[in-house]
Amino acid sequence: MGQIKVLPLGQDDTAGMDIAPDTSRTTPAAAPPGDLAIWFFILAELLAFGVFFAAYAFGRAHNVELFNEMQKTLNREAGAVNTVLLITASWCVARAVEAVGRSRSATGARWLLAGIACGGGFLVVKGFEYADKFGAGINLSTNTFYMFYLSLTFFHFMHVILGLVILVALWVKTRQGAYGPADMNGIESGAAYWHMVDLVWIVLFPLVYVMR
Amino acid sequence: MNTRHLNTAWVVLMLATLATLGIGEFGARFGLAGPLAMAALLAICFIKGRLVVLDFMGLRGVKFFWRGLLLGWLLLVSALIAIAYWIALK
Repeated sequence: MGQIKVLPLGQDDTAGMDIAPDTSRTTPAAAPPGDLAIWFFILAELLAFGVFFAAYAFGRAHNVELFNEMQKTLNREAGAVNTVLLITASWCVARAVEAVGRSRSATGARWLLAGIACGGGFLVVKGFEYADKFGAGINLSTNTFYMFYLSLTFFHFMHVILGLVILVALWVKTRQGAYGPADMNGIESGAAYWHMVDLVWIVLFPLVYVMR
Repeated sequence: MNTRHLNTAWVVLMLATLATLGIGEFGARFGLAGPLAMAALLAICFIKGRLVVLDFMGLRGVKFFWRGLLLGWLLLVSALIAIAYWIALK
């Protein structure tokens, strides 16, 4: 006769049995976090910035002395501070997504607010940089370097503004508890866009402010 | 992605940013200038970008296709910058 095995309370009765392995940790997800559409948008944005970066680099190749001389007139410390602000904002947004994924919307909202503050700080620092250059009479037609510097950084500046608008919208909805482990699509999509803005600056800062 | 991973990525990114600034400010004093500085800056840039793509964007556990697209962009842009720099040296 078969015996009934009595297990102590709480012991897993599947121990030692042939059960389907947990593949959630080993099998890569088919699609990236968030809406697939945002990733196509991100790729299009990266393509545009990539063309801009290549144009700057090859433009420099034909005007090395001018670019090296003009680069000295940039505020490299301000560029580094802005790198710290954008990366920290990205970290805050990633922490927000992680918190919301654990049903901690209030914590997630606080992380988003911290990210918004860092992104706002970026705009303030960049605003001072622009004010300084415009005050010195520098504009798009000053020379090739400044044509690139102003158009490239302003193109990125506009993306930071759009990213901040998205983060504010995410913050409002996260505070309302609109996202959770079962509905991460919106917050993951918005976060991915913000990280793209950060990724672009990570290339832009050494390229424009440091390389010579 | 757990919080420890995210925090570690942030610390590495901060240190890498400091290294980028350091190369720009003091690199020449320590012989780190010209093509050598350029190579170091591009390497740091790739390390930083890779961390953002894998940890912040959350593509570490996603099929290689997506990681490949973003890391490929990073490599392509770095290669174009390096080629342009090499042309400028001539």
